Amino acid sequence: MSHLLEVEHLKVTFPTYGGEVQAVRDVSFYVDQGEVVAIVGESGSGKTVTVQTIMGLIPTKNIKDGNIRFNGKEILHLSKKEMRKLKGSEIGMVFQDPMTSLNPTMKIGKQIAEGIRKHQKLSKAEAKQKAIELLRLVGIPNAEERYHQYPHEFSGGMRQRVVIAIALACNPKLLIADEPTTALDVTIQAQILDLMKDLQKKMEMSIILITHDLGVVAEMAQRVIVMYGGTVVETGTVFDIFENPKHPYTWGLLRSIPNLHDKEKKRLIPIEGSPPDLFSPPKGCPFAPRCPYAMEICVEKSPAEFHISNGHTARCWLNDPRAPKVEAFIAAGRE
Amino acid sequence: MSQEILQVENVKKYFKIGPNQTVKSVDGISFSIRKGETFGLVGESGSGKSTLGKTIVGLYPATSGKIRFDGHELGHLDRQTQRKLNREMQMIFQDPHASLNPRMRVGDIIAEGIDAHHLAKGKERQELVYHLLERVGLRPEHAERFPHEFSGGQRQRIGIARALAVKPKFIVADEPISALDVSIQAQVVNLLDDLKQEEDLTYLFIAHDLGMVKHISDRIGVMYLGKMMEIAESSNLFEEPLHPYTQALLSAIPIPNPRLARKRERIVLSGDPPSPVHPPSGCRFRTRCPYAMDICSKMEPAWREVKKNHWTACHLYNQ
Repeated sequence: MSHLLEVEHLKVTFPTYGGEVQAVRDVSFYVDQGEVVAIVGESGSGKTVTVQTIMGLIPTKNIKDGNIRFNGKEILHLSKKEMRKLKGSEIGMVFQDPMTSLNPTMKIGKQIAEGIRKHQKLSKAEAKQKAIELLRLVGIPNAEERYHQYPHEFSGGMRQRVVIAIALACNPKLLIADEPTTALDVTIQAQILDLMKDLQKKMEMSIILITHDLGVVAEMAQRVIVMYGGTVVETGTVFDIFENPKHPYTWGLLRSIPNLHDKEKKRLIPIEGSPPDLFSPPKGCPFAPRCPYAMEICVEKSPAEFHISNGHTARCWLNDPRAPKVEAFIAAGRE
Repeated sequence: MSQEILQVENVKKYFKIGPNQTVKSVDGISFSIRKGETFGLVGESGSGKSTLGKTIVGLYPATSGKIRFDGHELGHLDRQTQRKLNREMQMIFQDPHASLNPRMRVGDIIAEGIDAHHLAKGKERQELVYHLLERVGLRPEHAERFPHEFSGGQRQRIGIARALAVKPKFIVADEPISALDVSIQAQVVNLLDDLKQEEDLTYLFIAHDLGMVKHISDRIGVMYLGKMMEIAESSNLFEEPLHPYTQALLSAIPIPNPRLARKRERIVLSGDPPSPVHPPSGCRFRTRCPYAMDICSKMEPAWREVKKNHWTACHLYNQ
């Protein structure tokens, strides 16, 4: 079976005054039809750059290597026109900040109808009708009235709904959501996550969800990709990652969040140190300097990809049969 | 029962935003904080939690109400006592990128309070700065550097060192970790915990991440639209939230456990919080409350102790 989206050996760098930043270093993953895949990682792990490359938002000169196939077709070197067509009809994107992703001088309805008219050859009236339907679909009351309002008249949660409506306007096969609820309050976040789950089922689309909130991951994703220092360090189903993680960075992430069910107060276990400098990424494993289990080989040689089980892989030398056995994992959020 | 270091009595903070418009950011809040306690304050954006924090340390003058700190009533003090209180109450801010002057060296940022309060000079001042840097997990040579040379987590440590420099008794930490990465958040929370023990501090910890607030706080207050909805011991609040808003807020936290998250029924509130310019009559939460009754729009619920040390303002508990 072929995947809906396949990213292979992607490498992206940015020239700066300080030198070349190696933002994404050999990243490969796939997304299947109808699947929700979460990408987790800290700032600077390369998660946003990866999806921006998929969306064609990164200039080709910065893409040093790799392939991206969508529906079996190579999309990395499409012309601007072809890319625009693809973005308008098959891939939708929701950005983090709903305050800045809408045009403040344009009515909400127009912003939604704009894309519909461009890509679906509908008349003005038909596009308007469709836009109002979309507003209803994403749960905005009084859609007809709201159609004529400006973004400043909407609250943060409502704006994010509008951004989702725009992304969904052309029934995309893939929705890329980059921290869609980070700027929102928890009760509003719960609404938006419910909405996304609901729409994903209704429209049978795939979602790539970028987030740093492991709670959101546990709730939404079927599969998880953990990124660190511009590389994928572990990938597997949501149960693999939360119940049987095989990379010390994943352990660290899961341990550093407080457990709501703990009766007495326990000390948090942070990951000491800070993320690697991507101007000159380390030769070996990017996590080695912060890893409590680092061995000699970790500093010397970048870890191979170890297959733990079907679809579960980890880039860590501890999974080599010759490595010492480490059992260090405490599951987060247990009952 | 230990002694109360801070007492807040019916404090209001209004902002005039137009000829006939007033935002009632904090609208009649009373609570107290015991010495050595960490009091967590949670609420969504617009609930007035930051405004309350800033009013308590005196960055905003209160519109009405009384704030007593260590026996002194704020706003009616002679200059000398005022200076003493300015020193004893410190604040740590949310955004470590905006709260440090980019043109000052870290050493001078930290020593600003020391200079203002004439606590040390010359060599002694320098030693103190080095000591503070080490206290927060940085190195003495960092004193010569500028804020842009540090990561977000390190900058937050600098902000903490600056607050500690003047030997405060009470620190208001306004979302000190929300701008940081998950793996760094735990570092800063542990640091705050250690300092509290060692320096004998009392914290007002303001945040919207309920998991972290539960972890760090002894007691928690829940705010909504300028009002306190519920106050309880932190474990009681999580085990048995009384106010429907607290229940919804807790049920909205995503649980980092895929099996639990898939089983759970959550209360999803409909709609957005109303505008604080025109808050709803009666109980402010009634427009989004799943249990709203007739009385909720007519009468403001009284603030009462429903269980031992567990206070809430809700008509559901009217007896």
